[in-house]
Amino acid sequence: MKKIISGNEAIALGFGDSGGVFASGYPGTPSTETLEEVARLGQVYCEWAPNEKVALESAIGGSIAGGRSLATMKHVGVNVAADALLTLTYTGVNAGLILMVADDPGMHSSQNEQDSRNYAKFAKIPMLDPADSQESYDMVRTGFEISEQFDTPVMLRTTTRISHAKGVVVPQEKIAPQVGQWVKNVPKYVMLPSFGKLRHVEVEARLLRLQEYAETTPLNRIEMRDPELGIITSGVAYQHVRESFPEASILKLGLAHPLPTRKIREFAASVKRLVVVEEMDAIFEEQVRAMGVAVEIGKNKLPLCGEINADILRTALGKEATATTVPVEGLPQRPPVFCPSCAHRGLFTILSKLKVFVSGDIGCYTLGALPPMNAMHAVIDMGASISAAHGMAKVNAIAGREEKPVAVIGDSTFFHSGMTGLMSMAYNGGNALVIIMDNRTTGMTGGQENPGTGETLQGVPVRQVEMVPLVKALGIDNVAELNTYDLKATEAAIKKGLETPGPYVLIDKNPCILRYKIRKLAMSVDQEKCTGCRACLKVACMALGLTASGEKQKVRVDPNVCNGCGVCKQMCKFDAMHELEGENYANL
Amino acid sequence: MQIFNIVIAGVGGQGVLMASKVLAESALASGMDVKQNEVHGMAQRGGSVISFVRIGDQVSSPVVMPGSADLLISFEPLEALRYSHYLKPGGRLLYNRVAINPSTVAAGMAVYPQDVEEQIAAACANAHGIDALAIARQAGNGKAVNMVMVGTVMKYLPMDEEIIRDVVRKIARGKGVEVNMKALAGGAEA
Ligand SMILES: Cc1ncc(C[n+]2csc(CCOP(=O)(O)OP(=O)(O)O)c2C)c(N)n1
Repeated sequence: MKKIISGNEAIALGFGDSGGVFASGYPGTPSTETLEEVARLGQVYCEWAPNEKVALESAIGGSIAGGRSLATMKHVGVNVAADALLTLTYTGVNAGLILMVADDPGMHSSQNEQDSRNYAKFAKIPMLDPADSQESYDMVRTGFEISEQFDTPVMLRTTTRISHAKGVVVPQEKIAPQVGQWVKNVPKYVMLPSFGKLRHVEVEARLLRLQEYAETTPLNRIEMRDPELGIITSGVAYQHVRESFPEASILKLGLAHPLPTRKIREFAASVKRLVVVEEMDAIFEEQVRAMGVAVEIGKNKLPLCGEINADILRTALGKEATATTVPVEGLPQRPPVFCPSCAHRGLFTILSKLKVFVSGDIGCYTLGALPPMNAMHAVIDMGASISAAHGMAKVNAIAGREEKPVAVIGDSTFFHSGMTGLMSMAYNGGNALVIIMDNRTTGMTGGQENPGTGETLQGVPVRQVEMVPLVKALGIDNVAELNTYDLKATEAAIKKGLETPGPYVLIDKNPCILRYKIRKLAMSVDQEKCTGCRACLKVACMALGLTASGEKQKVRVDPNVCNGCGVCKQMCKFDAMHELEGENYANL
Repeated sequence: MQIFNIVIAGVGGQGVLMASKVLAESALASGMDVKQNEVHGMAQRGGSVISFVRIGDQVSSPVVMPGSADLLISFEPLEALRYSHYLKPGGRLLYNRVAINPSTVAAGMAVYPQDVEEQIAAACANAHGIDALAIARQAGNGKAVNMVMVGTVMKYLPMDEEIIRDVVRKIARGKGVEVNMKALAGGAEA
């Protein structure tokens, strides 16, 4: 039956329909819904790992034990899993193994814009590059077949507009879960140098066989139309090409690595002008040029940064863009903010006031870097808050500076890769204040379960990892709890942590209001008492606003948005804020 | 059939995604090809959200380009104005008149344009605003703003209204069905 589903949902469905047995992943936009959908479909075992390395390694174990396995992650997750990946390519697989990676050109919600196709080249493994939901679905099955036929892990790569775009999918016939033998094979799976050397030879031979496969597989297809213009492309860029140049001939690459060199030459010879259209890096183009084939338009006209769209293509190829309209200028921006009543708000209100250096991390709390808080001063990658704060403190000490850095990190990020940094700080006699915002979920990506939630991806109740004993076990003596809804107490606790020499950890345990659906009564402002001093606006809550212009603008609360945390109330020196009487809950 | 381009805009938490799903499912149920796409990264409430639904015999790109939308549905007036350039000349705009402050305004760093509706009228000759929140509340739940907005645009869509109602019935299930059906009807009358 026809369905309209996203690329992520299609991969999940394809996994269940193609004999999938085991799936592990770590949340990360735009990959997250894949595993959530595997769980929702409820046919195959799946789990969240605490990070991408663990996810891939668990999938490797699944494959060695004979079950078709899947690991899912966003592009930067592959960096975390890369150590496993770059040796996994040597061992190969037992049952089929797919690493699904979602790239984010345009950086809709990522810290960088890396192109995962580089990893396929780096690891010398095949990479599938679907152009819509149907292909996302089909390529899971093909991916397992390639993986088993060539004894290789396969990367299935999407981009945001494939993962999140919905299109029509007609499912194939479902096949039974594929579980084979669990065999011992020391030279294949034990990568001692002596065995590894032999496997490397095999990797190179396998790549040659894959190149032959690339020449003949229907994954790579030539669509001959007008021979005037020939375009080599893949993924969502193919759709933009179809949209803007419906008459052009196309070599569509479903296999983004390795490339079919003979097919490329054949195609180049049959068209007059050759264009390569790919988002981000010039991976195809460089290889085509290295073959000595002339490319008229590639990255000389198309952007290396951001997404490609139909208009960018039209302009690059000398056609007129459709967009003749221009956006209205000067409108107030609407960036994402802490949700009304989020526990992060109180923390950043105080950090902003204390003007300390905050070494931040990746999660909802990263929004603390934005105005009016401006209270986060370095964010690199997951887990870096603590390790970077440690390095800062060491250099501060060498430079004779007194100031103690503050690291802010969430529970999911702490479990992911913050723990090792904290252990290092304890071990190496560090000196930073670490604040763990333990809201018992992976908030930023939509509230996924983690080892602290007390529940697995498939909804099984489990023991929660307790933060305080964990932190102590890592070698930290000074651990205290924090309640960021109480501004005075928060300020006092942070000051104490800053004044006490050595590593100091504060843990806020307030749960994510969105995940745990916490609803409180809305606030209101007594217009008689409000002086319009705007002190409350510093908490940056979208429920607050100024009354329409007049003599003196006062503050009002939007009861449709306010969720009654009372943080703004604590900023008011004039006792102007109160909870609304009666049933009045936010609509958000 | 020429491709029919719809843009849905709003504020994170208002249910833009659900409204998009209803339109996309209805198009599929009507036997048309459809692509739907929004970029949803962060879970937080309060950011600007935009979603595309493209309907036709065969749809390639999931993205609607500025200047090519037949219909813009906005759940908030400022967002209607922000994305009004997505409309093609003669395109139609339906928006909810209930404003939600962006954080920048809430923090006193920017001012919400008081003349937002005049600006909308200037940007689009075919614009119509309704109080979707009041209609949603009357239907029984302030959160049903998204279904009110779907109700408002039903008559302009290349799908049968009954098919849309069917899809909503299927998606909403249980108690939500009655509220959502009322919201659709309320929107259709507004
Ligand atoms: C290596 C890597 N994997 C995944 C992500 C996606 N991601 C962004 S923030 C985040 C976790 C946030 O959870 P937490 O630290 O608990 O903070 P919260 O958002 O709940 O405040 C994830 C998984 C990423 N940016 N980098």
